[in-house]
Amino acid sequence: MTANEVAYNGKVEGDVIVTKADAVINWIRKHSVWPMPMGLACCAIELMASAASRYDISRFGMEVMRFSPRQSDCMIVAGTVTYKMAEVVRRIYDQMGDPKWVVAMGACASTGGMYRSYAVMQGVDTIVPVDVYVSGCPPRPEALLDAMMKLQDKIGRESSVKNLSGVKEAAVAS
Amino acid sequence: MIDLDFTESLLKHFTHVTKRHHDDCLTLDCGESDVNKLFLHLRDEETFDLLVDLTAIDHGETAEFRFSVVSHLYSRIHRDYLRIHSICEDNESPKFPSVSSIFPAANWHEREAFDMFGIHFSDHPNLKRILMWDEYPYYPLRKDFPLAGIETPLPAADVAEVTNASVDPAPMMGGPFVASSDGTMSESEPRAKDESWTEESEKPS
Repeated sequence: MTANEVAYNGKVEGDVIVTKADAVINWIRKHSVWPMPMGLACCAIELMASAASRYDISRFGMEVMRFSPRQSDCMIVAGTVTYKMAEVVRRIYDQMGDPKWVVAMGACASTGGMYRSYAVMQGVDTIVPVDVYVSGCPPRPEALLDAMMKLQDKIGRESSVKNLSGVKEAAVAS
Repeated sequence: MIDLDFTESLLKHFTHVTKRHHDDCLTLDCGESDVNKLFLHLRDEETFDLLVDLTAIDHGETAEFRFSVVSHLYSRIHRDYLRIHSICEDNESPKFPSVSSIFPAANWHEREAFDMFGIHFSDHPNLKRILMWDEYPYYPLRKDFPLAGIETPLPAADVAEVTNASVDPAPMMGGPFVASSDGTMSESEPRAKDESWTEESEKPS
């Protein structure tokens, strides 16, 4: 074995890698985040722009936008959540398989934005747990990409079994 | 353009209809009982066959007649608009005859007026809320309804139970966004009128 060899060498290690389960599981998870575009208003246009060729969200392994909650990991709430729509957002969140994450994209999804009104929910975190908030009205695609990379960091740091909602609820109950 | 002859002959034909002075277009006052007849006549005899808008006005709780319904018609022959203003006689539970059988376009407009002002359109084929959810107890565009809203349960009881969320009055910090009607257009754009209050600034009454 030469001293300057730093990469994995199958002959020396005997085809075995020693690591932590969390490290591997999180590494897999964070590089294949399948987003579910919850496009409710103009932010959805910026969301589409970040998926298109100029900004190209697939550079970070998240281009597989799924319109079925069963197949997605991360709900991007892009737009104004009205009280009438809140029920739908929560039901779709419930239909997503664990583990799952939520990104509140833009001022409206984060806080209600400029809609201080009887019809608009003042932040989607009232009904679903939000992992990353993105500021802007609407945020530029770069801001969304930055948020998604922050989400990747967060996925990389968490314990791979603790983010299951069943575990969370059990932990709260005990 | 609508000429004087047209107005005079129409007023002769409908003796209960009166003219109202507005600078932009011809405006007629018409009681709720004559509305259907007037609309039919305007559509079939006078070529006003396009219903542009139908909405309602809340004149305030102290007004003698609180609610009125306003419709705009357009004629492609006259190339002009015609406004019909009708007072609802009942202030408590305002009623109005539906014109959706004459102009199908009125269907959703009337549902919106019902949703926002609580005006019941009689003989409407499907009078239910169009914007707010069905169980919502208030009429948000009435003058006595606060912009921030009133606390109400969420439309879905099971979601409300899990999330412990309800429809809450919106905070007015940094808001509401209102447009002033005077000044240049760039000055009168909607701006944040900060109605929050702190130790320094007093609560607006």
